[in-house]
Amino acid sequence: MSWAAGTLILLGALLAFSGSLGLARLKTFYERVHPPTMGTTLGTGLILLGSMLHFSALEARPVLHEILIGVFMTLSTPVTYLLLVRAALHRDRAKGRDPLHGAPEGDQGER
Amino acid sequence: MNLSFFPLAVSVAQTLLGLAMLLGMLRLLRGPRAQDRVLALDTLYVNAMLLVLTVGIRSGDSLYFEVALIIGMLGFVSTAALARFLLRGEVIE
Amino acid sequence: MKRWLPYPTLSLALLAMWLLLNESAAPAQLLLGTMLALAGGRLLAQLQPPLGRARRRAWAAAVLGWLVLADIVRSNLAVARIAFHPGSRGRVAGFLAMALDVRHPGALAVLACIITATPGTSWARYDAARNVVTIHVLDLIDEQAWIRQFKERYEQRLKEIFE
Repeated sequence: MSWAAGTLILLGALLAFSGSLGLARLKTFYERVHPPTMGTTLGTGLILLGSMLHFSALEARPVLHEILIGVFMTLSTPVTYLLLVRAALHRDRAKGRDPLHGAPEGDQGER
Repeated sequence: MNLSFFPLAVSVAQTLLGLAMLLGMLRLLRGPRAQDRVLALDTLYVNAMLLVLTVGIRSGDSLYFEVALIIGMLGFVSTAALARFLLRGEVIE
Repeated sequence: MKRWLPYPTLSLALLAMWLLLNESAAPAQLLLGTMLALAGGRLLAQLQPPLGRARRRAWAAAVLGWLVLADIVRSNLAVARIAFHPGSRGRVAGFLAMALDVRHPGALAVLACIITATPGTSWARYDAARNVVTIHVLDLIDEQAWIRQFKERYEQRLKEIFE
């Protein structure tokens, strides 16, 4: 049991680390949006699973309240990144550098 | 069962999360634009939440779970507010 | 009955989750949980989700959930590779435009969440007049393959669920 929990936590932390590595290394903002998503999706999921396994074994009863953080992250992650990308597009356009200009068709009009 | 694997794994995981926070800090300082800094701040929040979770796992105290939940919620609200500020120039209209 | 419990299964599940998370069935927790369950049911009723063909919808939703989970795991590994070697293999990042068939706002919202929550793709803009969405992709080697994936794996099921 402790092997499984340890491996899950280690893998989750590794994903969160590579997410931040990508954030620090990639060249443009729109590329940098992608890597941190690793930490918020699978990274968080694995660490929560590991924590559930560990506490369930420790207290000899199922400990499931980690699901709360999981549900919350599932709801908040897309909203955060959707808002941020929208804000970045808006700011780029305001500066006269629309990244979608000349990009594939379907870039006119904002909802 | 090898019992010494678990503490080692948690220590390595904590080191990785700490390094991840340093990388996020690097992006926060370097920018170059405001949206990069907000993205970096959000990443910092998530990594801090995960770090608190691993601290809780290590100490065996489930109080840290609540701390992590609050950090996660504050991170979400502040990032959403900052993104809205970037979009509109004000948070509450 | 209909007014207070529009979705009895959902309300029951909410109450069960509340008791589970609090790890107690004390009267006070029962009361709080019941209040939460009633409020949740009414909230869902306000959102007015489509009714009928419930079993087929539930199956489509389960399949969709599984596909999304598999894709999230796969793209996590792909993006991790890019994070460690950002400059290699002539990778191109860019925007792609995709014409959609679904128009239901719920389906669009879920699609936006799925695409954004998957590392490597993010929803950038939606043109309501032409029903075209612009998506940023980190590894845009084969644009058609991405569009096929979005359409066949997600949009098809969302149509079954919402329309």
